[in-house]
Amino acid sequence: MSDLETFRRETRAWLEANCPPEMRRPMTSESDTYWGGRNAKFSSEPQRIWFERMRDRGWTVPDWPKEYGGGGLEPAEHKVLREEMAAMGARSPLPSFGIWMLGPALLKYGTEAQKKEHLPKIAAGLIRWCQGYSEPNAGSDLASLQTRADSDGDDYIINGQKIWTSYANYADWIFCLVRTDPTAKKHDGISFILFDMASKGVSTKPILLISGYSPFCETFFDNVRVPKSHVVGQVNRGWDVAKYLLQHERAMISGTGERGVGRPLGQVAADSVGSDDSGRLDDAMLRSQVAAFDIDEAAFAAVAERAIDLAKAGQSHPAFSSAMKYYGTELNKRRHEILMSAGGIDALEWESERSRGGARPRAWLRTKANSIEGGTSEVMLGIVAKRILDLPGA
Amino acid sequence: MPLVLTEEQSMLRDSARGLISDKAPVSHLRSLRDSKDETGFSRELWKAFAEMGFSGLLVPENFGGSGLGCVEAGVVMEEIGRTLMPSPFLSTAVLAVSALSRGGSDAQKSAHLPKIADGSLLAALAIDEGAKHRPLQINLQAVRSGNGFKLNGAKALVVDGHTADLLIVAARTGGAAGERDGLTLFLVDPKAKGIAIERTAMVDAHNAARIEFSNVEVNADQVLGEVDQGGALLEGVLNIGRGAVASEMVGLSEEVFGRTVTYLKERKQFGKLIGEFQALQHRASQLYIDIEITRAAVLKALQTLDGDFEHAGAAVAVAKARAGTTATLAVQEGVQMHGGMGMTDQFDIGFFMKRARVCQELFGDSNYHADQLARMKGY
Repeated sequence: MSDLETFRRETRAWLEANCPPEMRRPMTSESDTYWGGRNAKFSSEPQRIWFERMRDRGWTVPDWPKEYGGGGLEPAEHKVLREEMAAMGARSPLPSFGIWMLGPALLKYGTEAQKKEHLPKIAAGLIRWCQGYSEPNAGSDLASLQTRADSDGDDYIINGQKIWTSYANYADWIFCLVRTDPTAKKHDGISFILFDMASKGVSTKPILLISGYSPFCETFFDNVRVPKSHVVGQVNRGWDVAKYLLQHERAMISGTGERGVGRPLGQVAADSVGSDDSGRLDDAMLRSQVAAFDIDEAAFAAVAERAIDLAKAGQSHPAFSSAMKYYGTELNKRRHEILMSAGGIDALEWESERSRGGARPRAWLRTKANSIEGGTSEVMLGIVAKRILDLPGA
Repeated sequence: MPLVLTEEQSMLRDSARGLISDKAPVSHLRSLRDSKDETGFSRELWKAFAEMGFSGLLVPENFGGSGLGCVEAGVVMEEIGRTLMPSPFLSTAVLAVSALSRGGSDAQKSAHLPKIADGSLLAALAIDEGAKHRPLQINLQAVRSGNGFKLNGAKALVVDGHTADLLIVAARTGGAAGERDGLTLFLVDPKAKGIAIERTAMVDAHNAARIEFSNVEVNADQVLGEVDQGGALLEGVLNIGRGAVASEMVGLSEEVFGRTVTYLKERKQFGKLIGEFQALQHRASQLYIDIEITRAAVLKALQTLDGDFEHAGAAVAVAKARAGTTATLAVQEGVQMHGGMGMTDQFDIGFFMKRARVCQELFGDSNYHADQLARMKGY
C-alpha cells in the first residue's frame, strides 16, 4: 500500500471517529457557519467539538506549515483530505477570509515576524479578518482607489472610505489597500497594510441588500494611526500583493455553491413539480435546463480538479483563476435560477416559517453578487483576453 | 489519479502530433475530397499508423498490440481532430478493437486483433438505423436459421463501412425495439451474399456507408459475446467511442479557436486590429474557458473508462454532451469571426464546421446525452 493510500485510510478513520454527525449535514443557515474571531460564539456543541478537533490537528489550514499552526500536509495529502471530507459531507470547520485570502498572501510576501504574529491566530480562529479593497469610486477599476496613508514618523495616518467590506462589522482586523504615493501612476503608489478594526477612527455601517441581509459594510477611516511595520511586502508595491491575493479570492469564489452536497438538483425540482409515469421531471423544459446544468457542473468540477493538478505539476497559468471565477459564479447563478423556477409559487415567500424565512429567494438574490464581487464577470473575461489569449489592447 | 497527462502520454501526443501534422494537415483531407479518392483515406498513412503502434494501441499485448487505454486513444483522437485527418483509427482501432477484446472469444480475438494491430485488417461497427442515434431502437432482425442466423434490415452512418474487411453488426435477436434485452452483435464478412454497401459522400468529406442486409446468413460462431445479451457489450463499446469522439472534438475545437485568435490579431478594420474590440475579446475568452472545461471533462471520462469502466456512463455522457456543445460553439464563432473569409471553401475553417456537425451526431448528440444523464440521476 502506498503512503498516500495509508494516509487516505487513516484520514477516513479519523474523520469517521471525530466529525460529529451534525457536522455532516448541509448547512441551512448563517448560524451554521463558524467564522472565528474575538467575539465568536459557537451555535452548537457539535460545532465547537468539530472546530477544536480540526484546529488541534492543524486541519483548519491543512497545507500551511506546522510552525504557523497548519497541518503541514503535502498537496497530494491535502487533496485526499478534501476528497474524504467531501465524501462524508463534512463541513468546513472554519471558513475564514484569513485562511482563504490573507494567509496565502502573508506566506508569500510577509516578513517572518508578520507570519509568526498573524498566521497562528488565523489558524486557531482567534482573529477574524475583513478585506478593505473596493471604494465608492474604485470598483472594477480597483487601482484608482483613493484611501490615503500619510507618513507620520513610524506610522501612517489613514483617511478614506471602503465599501462592500464583507462582515466588516464583525471583523477584528482588516487587510487594506491604501495610497502611499499620490504622485505615482495609479498602480505604483499603493501599499497593502494590516490594522486592528478596534483602532481609533475606524467605523462601519452595514448596507442592506436586495436579499434583505447585510453581509457588506461601508467602512470609514478617520485619522487612523497604523505602524509602518504593518505594511506587507514593499511600500508602494501593494498592487503585487493585492493581485496575488485576488487570485486566491477568485479561486475561493469560483467554488461558491453547494456542489455535491445535499439532494441533487433534479430531485429537488421533482419534489415540487412532480414526475411523470416514467419517472421524468414533469416539466420537459425545466428537465432539460437541469440536465444542461448538471453537465456543466460536472465538467466544472473536473476543471477545478484539473486546475489543482496542473498547479501541482507547475503547468497552470496564473490568470486561470479568473477563468474559474467567471464560470463558477455564472454556474451558481444558474443553479439558483433553476431552484427558483422549480420552487415556483412556493419559492416566493419571504418571511414564513414554512419557507425558513424565505431562505430560497434570499439565497437566489445573494448569488447575483457572485459575478460582481472579487472582480466582475466582465473584468474576468478581460483578464483572460489580455493575460491568457494575449489579445491586442486588452 | 491526477487529471493531467502522464509523461508517457505526453510523449505519445508529441509523436502523434508530429506524424499527423506532417503527413496529414487539413490540405490532405482537401485533396482526398477534391480528387474524389476511392478509399477516402490514405492506406499508406494507415500503414505508418500501424508502424507507430497506433492501430494496435488498444489491442492487448498478447494479441500483438500495446495494451494501452482510453486516455491514450483519446490522445491520438485529439491530434486527428486538429487536422481532420480521415483515418480508420476510430472505426477499426477504437470501436472494433474494443468490441472484439471485450466481447470476443479467444478464437475471434486471435483471428482479428493481430491483423488490426499490424494494419492489415479494417473493420467497421454498424449500429444506427434511424435519423438519430438510438441504440435501443435497433431493429435489424437476426432470426435463427439452421446452425446460425439470417440478417435482414439496414444500417446507416457505418463509419468506414465502404472499406471494411470485417463488419460488426448490432442486430435484434429478441425483444422489441426499445428494449435492452434481445440485442446481439455479429461478426459479418462484408462480401457475404445479400449485403449491399453504398458509400455515402458526407458533408465532412469523411467516410461512411449505408448497408443493406437481405437474408444474410451467418454462423453461430460469428456471434460476438452472448446471444440476446449484446446490449451491455454494445453500450460499453459505444462509451469508448463516445470518449474518443469527444477527444476528437476537443482537438478540433482547440484548433479552430487557435486559428480564430490568430486571425483576431491580424485582421484590421476601422483602423484597428479586430481583436481590440471588447465584443470579440469577451466571446473569445468565453470560448477559451468552455474549451478548457470540456478538456477536463473529457479527460475525466477517459480516465474513468480506464479505471472504473462499469461506472463511467455518467462521466462519458457529460464529456460527449459538453464536447458537442463546445465544438458547435467553436466552429460557429470561428466562421463568424473570420467574416466573409470564413464562408469560403478556399479557407479551411469550414472543414472544421462540417466535421463538428458529424461528430455531434456520432454516438449520440448533446441532447441525447443530457437525456441519458437525467435518467441516470433519476429525473
